[in-house]
Amino acid sequence: MRRGGAGLRDLAGALAYLAPSLVVFAVFVFYPLVKNAQLSLYETSPLGDLRVFVGAGQYAQLLRDPAFLNSLRVSFLFALYTVPAGIVLGLPLALLANRRIRGITAYRTAYSFTIAVSIAAAALIWEWLLDPNVGVLNYLLGLVHVPKVGWLTDPRWALPAVAATTVWKDLGFNVVVLLAGLQGVPDELVEAARIDGAGPRAVFCHVVIPAISPALFFLAVAATIGVLQSFGQVNILTQGGPVGATNVIVYSIYRNAFFNFRFGLAAAQAMLLFMLVLVLTGLQFTVFERWVTYQ
Amino acid sequence: MRKARRISAAVALDALMVALAIVVLFPLLYAIGTSFKSDAEVNQYPPTLWPQRWEFGNYGAALRVAPIARFLLNSFIQSGAVTLGQLATAALAGFAFSYIEFPGRQPMFFLFLSTLMVPAEVTLIPNYLTVRGIGWLNTYPALVAPFLATAFGTFLLRQFFLTIPRELWDAALIDGCSRRRFLVTILVPLARPALATLGIYAFLSTWNQYLWPLLVINSQEMRTVQVGLAILQSQEIVSWSLVMAGIVMIVAPTVILFLAGYRHVVRGLTAGAVKG
Repeated sequence: MRRGGAGLRDLAGALAYLAPSLVVFAVFVFYPLVKNAQLSLYETSPLGDLRVFVGAGQYAQLLRDPAFLNSLRVSFLFALYTVPAGIVLGLPLALLANRRIRGITAYRTAYSFTIAVSIAAAALIWEWLLDPNVGVLNYLLGLVHVPKVGWLTDPRWALPAVAATTVWKDLGFNVVVLLAGLQGVPDELVEAARIDGAGPRAVFCHVVIPAISPALFFLAVAATIGVLQSFGQVNILTQGGPVGATNVIVYSIYRNAFFNFRFGLAAAQAMLLFMLVLVLTGLQFTVFERWVTYQ
Repeated sequence: MRKARRISAAVALDALMVALAIVVLFPLLYAIGTSFKSDAEVNQYPPTLWPQRWEFGNYGAALRVAPIARFLLNSFIQSGAVTLGQLATAALAGFAFSYIEFPGRQPMFFLFLSTLMVPAEVTLIPNYLTVRGIGWLNTYPALVAPFLATAFGTFLLRQFFLTIPRELWDAALIDGCSRRRFLVTILVPLARPALATLGIYAFLSTWNQYLWPLLVINSQEMRTVQVGLAILQSQEIVSWSLVMAGIVMIVAPTVILFLAGYRHVVRGLTAGAVKG
């Protein structure tokens, strides 16, 4: 048992090392978290000062507001378009990158390359690929006699187009996570299944997939949370349009706070997004935990 | 016979892997190609895959249209300062969590980790108001200060410090070595791989920031690269070859860092996530 004096001295010593981080967290994470909750309960002046206490009024208003409900729907669809596609496209690349051949590092680097590309650069490159007149996508479709599509101006296609940009940008991250999962699968496990007469498909479905289920699980959660926070690609490609078709939640928070100067309302939106992220994470945990096998 | 079949299957897989690499990299390769095309060629139909005639002037033109050199400097200052700051604060906190047994260590550690659960959007508006209140809009401190602490980095370094043999610490104590000296002269040099992982991760993610710099900077000469790019695109007539030249210039630093530190990037992204 240590004496209280020594414990206090250790505490003082530790705080000296923790202080720099604690100050930054206090000012830029914990205080704003509380402040945002407070803002969400007030109507604010255009400068962001608290004006009138409205309690849950802005939350109630948001949940009845067709524009906000549209943002929720768009964000949900956006996640639906990007997360499964990202995993389905990333998995074969990760499987190939897991081969043991000479020069494999070059392939791994190539498949995970988009990690190095910023969302702003990715969005601009795709804006050019998707250009209705001189873009390469419409040209390729023209070769098989598909008429030109205004990818970013057609309300039906804008969200899928922004989603495609996002899938490409996130592909590198997906490959890295899935490859790390695959590298953790012991050779003996696969070998044993083969000796028992399992074909390649059976090995994949009944050995590899269960073995990498923690990586798949982590990726599904991380990708969903990441996608719900998307902003850059929307701001660059569509500014939330056409007619709200790509108005994801974060973009709508940005517009409300920094164009309409309704900081209180935007803060309430941010709180709802926060809760949504927490709920989704919890949901994914309970649903996936059931079939995820940890070694 | 069977051997021949196995070899041809391997060759087919190799070919598939090369083809997929080209598909994945296509947008980037096409952007690089476009940055060397003339305006006429960019607007030509059907589009050319690779420049017919190499036009090197786009880079100079992009530098004249937008102060990209200045944007690069701003981004280097922001990313460099954030990286050094995170290395310092994370090493200090990681040391406290691994080498000092203080009352309340466990709850304090959870307090650090809890910051990972707070999405940036929730702190965005208050942080903007704070920075504006201090008078930091359009300054480097606004770009740097909010990112000077990192729970992820603290966790990463703590894990690394815990792998270093305890006897080293005991021996240092017996020799009368202070905590600070032990951290600076013994732990930090040993932790170089973990510090490199955190440093590269911090630099990459700061360099690629978009929303925060967009909010706190609105003067031309303080813009960072990601936000500054928009200037090239907002010209009256968008010249795609100019935009692509700009993109190549702003992506180059992170590409070099990624290629040089691939191992570290991978370790940073998967730390504590997969093997749990």
